[in-house]
Amino acid sequence: MAIKRNEQKTLTPGSMKCPRFIRRSGYTDNIFSNLTLFFAIVMVVILVALVIILTRDAMPAINKFGFSFITNTMWNPVTDVFGALPAIYGTLITSLIGLLIAVPISFGAAIFLVELAPNWLKGPASFIIEMLAAIPSVIIGLWGLYVLVPVVRHPIEKWLGSHLGGLPFFQGPPFGVGFLAAGLVLAIMTIPIITAVSRDSMKAVPNEQREAMYALGATRWEVINKAVLPYCRTGMVGGVILGLGRALGETMAVTMVIGNSNKLTASLFSPGTTIASTIASQFGEASTGVQTGSLIELALILFGVTLIVNVIARTLVWRMTSLKAAKK
Amino acid sequence: MNNLNERGHARRKWINRIMLVLSGTAAAIAILILALILGYAMIKGISYLNLTLLTQASKPVGETGGGMRNEIFGTLILVALGSIIALPIGLLAGVYLAEYANPKLAATIRFTADILAGVPSIVVGVFVYAIMVIPMHSYSAVSGGVALAIIMVPVVARTAEESLRLVPDSMREAALALGITRWRAVVGVVIPGAMTGIITGIMLAVARIAGETAPLLFTALGSSFGLQGLLKPIGSLSLLIYHYALSPYKSQQQQAWAGAFLLIVLVLGINIIVRWVSNRKQF
Amino acid sequence: MEKKINITVQNMVKEDNQNKQGSGNSKDDKGILEVQNLSAWYGKTLAIKNISMSIRSNAIMSIIGPSGCGKSTFIRCLNRMHEVSHGGRTEGCIMLDGKDIYARDADPVVIRRRIGMVFQKPAPFPTMSVFDNVAAGLKLTQFWSRRWELEEVVERSLRQAALWDEVKDKLHQSGASLSGGQQQRLCIARAIAVQPEVILLDEPCSALDPASTLKIEDLMRSLVTQYSIVIVTHNMQQAARVSDMAGFFLADQDQAGILIEYGKTSQLFTNPKDKRTEDYITGRFG
Repeated sequence: MAIKRNEQKTLTPGSMKCPRFIRRSGYTDNIFSNLTLFFAIVMVVILVALVIILTRDAMPAINKFGFSFITNTMWNPVTDVFGALPAIYGTLITSLIGLLIAVPISFGAAIFLVELAPNWLKGPASFIIEMLAAIPSVIIGLWGLYVLVPVVRHPIEKWLGSHLGGLPFFQGPPFGVGFLAAGLVLAIMTIPIITAVSRDSMKAVPNEQREAMYALGATRWEVINKAVLPYCRTGMVGGVILGLGRALGETMAVTMVIGNSNKLTASLFSPGTTIASTIASQFGEASTGVQTGSLIELALILFGVTLIVNVIARTLVWRMTSLKAAKK
Repeated sequence: MNNLNERGHARRKWINRIMLVLSGTAAAIAILILALILGYAMIKGISYLNLTLLTQASKPVGETGGGMRNEIFGTLILVALGSIIALPIGLLAGVYLAEYANPKLAATIRFTADILAGVPSIVVGVFVYAIMVIPMHSYSAVSGGVALAIIMVPVVARTAEESLRLVPDSMREAALALGITRWRAVVGVVIPGAMTGIITGIMLAVARIAGETAPLLFTALGSSFGLQGLLKPIGSLSLLIYHYALSPYKSQQQQAWAGAFLLIVLVLGINIIVRWVSNRKQF
Repeated sequence: MEKKINITVQNMVKEDNQNKQGSGNSKDDKGILEVQNLSAWYGKTLAIKNISMSIRSNAIMSIIGPSGCGKSTFIRCLNRMHEVSHGGRTEGCIMLDGKDIYARDADPVVIRRRIGMVFQKPAPFPTMSVFDNVAAGLKLTQFWSRRWELEEVVERSLRQAALWDEVKDKLHQSGASLSGGQQQRLCIARAIAVQPEVILLDEPCSALDPASTLKIEDLMRSLVTQYSIVIVTHNMQQAARVSDMAGFFLADQDQAGILIEYGKTSQLFTNPKDKRTEDYITGRFG
């Protein structure tokens, strides 16, 4: 290993022409970082502006009705009296139906995807379920109106009416469009997200937990039920609440199958309305400041409710992911 | 182990079987639903699809012929408007969150982005109506674009941030050690390193707003004419599907299905391509 | 092992014409970098304490010592990379050509141009080609550069890094497509393309196989005529093979790294002044 001592110098350090634009680099860095900060703040500004503007424009209704807006059931453009209760009821009941149907299906699908499916099936099946989430809401509404609603009218509502007609939920003529159809449509739309979050939660459970259960002689289902599910309970509940948030704000598909009638009734067969569908169907025709203000107040209420629900969901899901990170 | 209760053991096995079958059924139901919706829409849609629909403007009801050419353009224009507004804001906000933010401020901004992402799209439409349509005294393509942009920005920002975070610190250090300024390092080394993830996020966001209807109801309003100017109303495929689905006229209902086919091809097409490409890139 | 080191060192001593007496603190020979009372913290934890040494120009200085004694922290202070780490803070000064690089008006960006660094894990920019990797330091600082200027610099740097022949047909392939040893030489070429005066190497061979390691050691000996080199290594044989000067670091009772002694490598290995150095060299610990 010879030590080269006399190599001819071809490049002397510093001999290269100093690039002309080297200067104090501090201020170009500042410009850029401030630019990015500016746009980050723009996001905050949009949100704040949204709240302020909606509140301002809902004022005509807030001033006129006050708290009774939430308890009033009348929606009368002629007399200029508006109440949100049927819409609020509709939103809640359709979301409830949607979740009641979607949660068992989503949990079951997630369990299948994580624990039971053969490896070659896991990828494609997950992919397909995620595609369901990508379908635009208006297309689900179109399908719902022309395919689902006829089926709901007959045989579903007919069967429910004749067999469970004792319950107030299943009384009344089978319209097809109404709370039940809207609930089914919401179920379809929330299945992908609940499945995805549940699947991620279950994947985060370390294998040692499962193996310990197996070693005690548990069946496959018992391992899932006693080792996996309790561990990721938080995340799965978070997923359900996330789905709830989505369902509450869903507009197009619901508007197309709910019948848009301002009724407050226990019958699930009846047409009804939700907050989002009231806004969607009436906003274009609102004539008075009070009517527009009422619709905007509805938007504000919807915003507030989905905000709370999403924050709760986020906290739960975040807790699950930080638990996972801590385990690593 | 002789204290194995034979009857209890059989019962456990039985429960196990049932639950496994149930969960498989649940997964099958979820997949079946997709197949039903997609299958029906695609088959019905393509049966009503013909060249006139793609190339002609719509005609009044009663006249034969007529197409959705203007609505197709409308979707493209609205998506382009929304992207032009949303991409700079979202990307730079994402860069801020990933590269420059101190932890507290970053947490707040991130939280705000997540809330903004969770706002129902119809509320966004009402907001843009209040700040743009009313002062301008008219519905317009621009306000539709702004509504779509507001939906896009938080999504783009978060996916950009997450992609940038995946770039290892060793790259940042290697870049800084060359004696280049911080912002040049971010723009010239870190962002290109995250480009795949960023583009994936952008494409998925584009696919999402292409299918949006609610925010356009009171901003772009819809129109059967083409681009009359950014300050005039404009139609979109999604608005067309909505209005024609509720129309009492059979011909318009059929066009709704055809439009649904086109929209599905566009939206799912982007989704499938994007996911396929990003799955391939992961070794 | 003691015998092996002694033989290597004696070979070096034979070939070395500049066989003067080397003490740790040669006052007549001002080094290119003068470190004076350097201490560095990560947040509240003191990582290195009161380091003073002189780094000679056109020589290879190796920093040796057991793991965890602040060698990497020290070398990262030399080009102001330490402050890039979370909570990094320094006190003391380092004179480059008589000017303190930690002075208030000193620009870290300029300093890093003059003092380059190669890291332990080869870090070529994966989204750039081999050519663009080497040119990165230039392309990202100048607002324009003529193609032929870049080509000239890239070729010169790759030749100096003993990599040109292996990659001249692959200049436009991704930087990450090379082998580990080639990637590290690519990083060296990238560092010398901006013509620094000092090159810092933080355990550059620890992720490489022995054949690549030897290639890089040869490379360092060839570069030293034009650059001053500081290398952190936990491999004593490498230090003995390659370096002219050596500094021995150890962690004191508070887990802060201190410089036990430094001087000519041959002297440090054959006749160390401090017993702790001797213990380390003879393999009693570390």
